[in-house]
Amino acid sequence: MLTMKDLPEKLISFIQTWKEKEGNLIMIFHEIQNHFGYVPRSIAFELSEILDVPVARIYEVLTFYSQFKLEPPGKYIISVCMGTACYLKGAPGLIEELEDMLNIKQGQSTEDGLFEIQSVRCIGCCSAAPVLTVNDDVYTKVEKSGLKDIIKEYMNREKAESNKAQVTSK
Amino acid sequence: MIKAIIDGYEINVEPGTTILDAAKKVQINIPTLCYHPDLPATAACGICIVKVKSAMGERILRACCTPVEEGMEIITNDPEVIVIRQNVLQLILSNHPNECLECERSGSCELQQLAWEFGMKSRYFENIYKKVDEDDSTRIIILHPEKCIKCGRCLEVCQKMQNVWALSFLDRGIETRFAPAGDIDDVSLDDSPCIRCGQCAEHCPVGAIIVLDQTKVVWDALRDKQKYCVVQIAPSVRAAIGESFGYEPGTILTGKLYSALRRLGFKAVFDTNFSADVTIIEEANEFVERFVHEKKELPLITTCCPSWVDFMEKHHPDMIPNFSSCKSPQQIMGALSKTYYADKMGIAPENIFMVSIMPCTSKKFEITRSMEMFSSGHRDVDVVLTTRELARMIKQTGLDFAKLEDAEPDHILSDYSGAGTIFGSTGGVMEAALRTAYNLITKKELDNVDFEQVRGLEGIKETTVNIEGTEVRVCAAHGLANVETIINRIREAKENGEELPYHFVEVMACKGGCIGGGGQPYGVGISNEIRLKRMKGLYDDDKNSAKRCSHNNPYIIKLYEDFVKDPLGETAERYFHTSYRERVTYKK
Ligand code: SF4
Ligand code: SF4
Ligand code: SF4
Ligand code: FES
Ligand code: FES
Repeated sequence: MLTMKDLPEKLISFIQTWKEKEGNLIMIFHEIQNHFGYVPRSIAFELSEILDVPVARIYEVLTFYSQFKLEPPGKYIISVCMGTACYLKGAPGLIEELEDMLNIKQGQSTEDGLFEIQSVRCIGCCSAAPVLTVNDDVYTKVEKSGLKDIIKEYMNREKAESNKAQVTSK
Repeated sequence: MIKAIIDGYEINVEPGTTILDAAKKVQINIPTLCYHPDLPATAACGICIVKVKSAMGERILRACCTPVEEGMEIITNDPEVIVIRQNVLQLILSNHPNECLECERSGSCELQQLAWEFGMKSRYFENIYKKVDEDDSTRIIILHPEKCIKCGRCLEVCQKMQNVWALSFLDRGIETRFAPAGDIDDVSLDDSPCIRCGQCAEHCPVGAIIVLDQTKVVWDALRDKQKYCVVQIAPSVRAAIGESFGYEPGTILTGKLYSALRRLGFKAVFDTNFSADVTIIEEANEFVERFVHEKKELPLITTCCPSWVDFMEKHHPDMIPNFSSCKSPQQIMGALSKTYYADKMGIAPENIFMVSIMPCTSKKFEITRSMEMFSSGHRDVDVVLTTRELARMIKQTGLDFAKLEDAEPDHILSDYSGAGTIFGSTGGVMEAALRTAYNLITKKELDNVDFEQVRGLEGIKETTVNIEGTEVRVCAAHGLANVETIINRIREAKENGEELPYHFVEVMACKGGCIGGGGQPYGVGISNEIRLKRMKGLYDDDKNSAKRCSHNNPYIIKLYEDFVKDPLGETAERYFHTSYRERVTYKK
């Protein structure tokens, strides 16, 4: 379980300086998220104590702003473009298909922590719509039927990596 | 005074009066949905809109949160206003299930009532309502998020009035939902700090928060030939059940209640007021032990409210040594029915089925809160019904409640002193205990048993009582948000080794005490006016009692002679006392 002890000195003192200030929750969560990639529940509980703010209020704020993530981010973030061109060319269908395939909703990550789906605004490849990216890789003119292969590619990559890791550890 | 005109009538009101309250002065009830007289206006729903003409021109404003200003001309009703209100309702109904027939609040739902008043027969908007799973994890307070109209009342109640913060509004916009503070997977109410006080349900205008109905369990028991069903009624029930049958709040209906319970088929009818007298004997002795003999820490803090006990165990476990070990009247009655009574009557305790009628939702939780609630060797109390559930059973049988003749209870566990009956009100337990503690310390009787200073709706009531030259500082708090202040004062004094602010503290979770409990009839909605009427009912019942002090109740004297022997003695310890332990606030 993650605790405040996992935070760097700098961040702790940041929290201390913001402790009494108006609007502190958002600032503090922001920094926590920058550090961990999300706001872990165990940290939210500790913050509740430190800041003397009920856990319920913390989650009201955390869930109100969509920028905050409550789960560790997936290793491969699939960003589906929902800009106008991609939208018209079937991006919503792609998201739905991905959600079904991976059994998660937008903003969530798979149980193994491998994939996460999110939607993004126009990424400037409208002529090749619909477009999606997986981390830094761009896929254009994506069709629903092609999604499986894209996912497979990263699963294989993962398998290869873990094999390699095993070999080196031996 | 501010002068204005409402629907052609001139009014004069104090500065700060809202249009909503001002309109009442000219006999107009502007409809409301999110507003509740107990709570600050959230201005969430918009049903209360009125037209206001002033120097600023004509505006449409919300009556619940707009103060009257000098010279305002207010129109609460015209065709346009009605259409706007109908539109507000249309929008709410487009995201609401049409399940009135199967809804617990049918007949007492504020939305249903307004839909009828405004003739909402057809719908303009497509229904976008989505089924959401109910949360029945507490098995007492049940959440139906899909019925929520997002008025915000439950949050105000749970967060501000009760300081529990079990409920929160998560997400935003159309996705907004009320739930315990959770991650992606919602945390269930049972995993949250909820203390099951039921105040959220009592304040919810619709059926989005309801209380588990156990009438069927009781019907089954009543029809089971093996079972010997006995029943007890709590102090506050007699002052409120009438509201379900057209009586004024505060009408004391003890005799009719006994009668109705016999007609339902209970073999014996007991009164929790009697076991409240037992609680007082034990608790007053406990106080004297601490106060005079300094055997344990002061202040002594009362524990008859299970929501308060739960709250303290979760948030203030360091106060456990100050908690009275005495069980609540409900539990004492349960234990007595399956030991003393069973023995006297020659009935096997396992065949006795004890039902309690309580104003309270948390009492449903209390009966299994620890092993000590099984002190008779069985579950001391089998089922708890709220006042509302009893009213429903009476209605199901078709009994004409108002025409019932008064009946007698089973005297062995029923006849009570005035001290027992005021247990239902904030300050009542303290007052009852002081009456007996005074006698225990001085061996004299009080000339005046009325402790007016601890009565009424003030959130924290403090007074000092002079017992033979020694000052006893007491305090009664209700509505859990008020308790924090007191606990902090005590804790600070303890830590700094200063003189204690109080020697004796009474806490009840619900505003007004149990008379305002989460299981009381919905009627026209809870408010201070109704709380005061119910309280007055109990204090009148006290005044009319032959005996005003628990220790003078001849049936109590007999119970101690026959069975208990000494207060805080071995038998008392076994059946009337309990213990506490620290609990987590969030299980997840
Ligand atoms: S029962 Fe009481 S503590 Fe629980 S959610 Fe409702 S108001 Fe909050
Ligand atoms: S649950 Fe009831 S009280 Fe709470 S916001 Fe919804 S409608 Fe209002
Ligand atoms: S104050 Fe009374 S009704 Fe309210 S939770 Fe406590 S015992 Fe129950
Ligand atoms: S709309 Fe998708 S890349 Fe521009
Ligand atoms: S009652 Fe005034 S806005 Fe809801």
